[in-house]
Amino acid sequence: MMVTGHGTTSVLETWVTITLVAVTAVAGDVLTAGAMRRIGDLDAIRARSGMGGAIKAVVSSPMFLGGVLMMAVSFFSLLFTVSNVEVSLAAPASASLTFLGNAFAAKIFLKENVDHRRWLAAVFVCAGVFLLSR
Amino acid sequence: MKHTLSPQRYLILLAVMLSAAVGDTMLSHGMRQVGPVSLAHLGLLLVAMRDPWVIGGIVCLLGFFASYLTALSWADLTFVLPATAFGYVVVLLLSKFWLHEPGASSVHRWAGVVLIVCGVGFVANGPSQTQHEPMDPMEEPVRALTDETK
Repeated sequence: MMVTGHGTTSVLETWVTITLVAVTAVAGDVLTAGAMRRIGDLDAIRARSGMGGAIKAVVSSPMFLGGVLMMAVSFFSLLFTVSNVEVSLAAPASASLTFLGNAFAAKIFLKENVDHRRWLAAVFVCAGVFLLSR
Repeated sequence: MKHTLSPQRYLILLAVMLSAAVGDTMLSHGMRQVGPVSLAHLGLLLVAMRDPWVIGGIVCLLGFFASYLTALSWADLTFVLPATAFGYVVVLLLSKFWLHEPGASSVHRWAGVVLIVCGVGFVANGPSQTQHEPMDPMEEPVRALTDETK
């Protein structure tokens, strides 16, 4: 058991909720990025159809709406987590896990070429976010 | 992978970095003026919505989401995300020099800033987008139009 913000929560429960925040955040980012890739260059769409056309192209994408839904789930999962776990652990841990998870998910689902430079960037940013929150 | 970022696209990335950080800082500044919100006084959130700093913060965060989506339409997620992380550095600078938060001077936080700057530097000099085969023939006209504008 560990002492947390509003009582005692087991280590397992703590990390399950933190992981849930990270997984839903990664799902939101990947779905949004996938939707934007399918929609195409927004600058080009705006040049062709105006700002209204660009907004319509984005909000009429089911994949984009799915991404926004997952981002909302992630936000409420974070609220639930910080009500049980200290925010000084929950926020940096979920943000760092999200950065690493995004690198894996982008490689697997979006087929992005995540070379050693991008892996290093993910690890550095992940460690940096953790230090920032201490 | 290709690396074809025009100055305009670098400006979009700059907007991604700055708008979230400035928006968060403005929200923080505004909420300090409004005072602490508790479950028993949720109506204070409506009062907060009339505070100019909170309104400015929300406008900045809407600008962040628009520029983030624009960046994702021509760059990889693993390229754009480190740029958004640079916003943490801007938040730290703003909280130290504008909000004068005591915790903003800690060695841990500045070490974190150095690591994030290094991480952003790794991807900033690299290619922005992975080349993919078109998903279906209907996408060709859009892709051709996109290439023309670069």
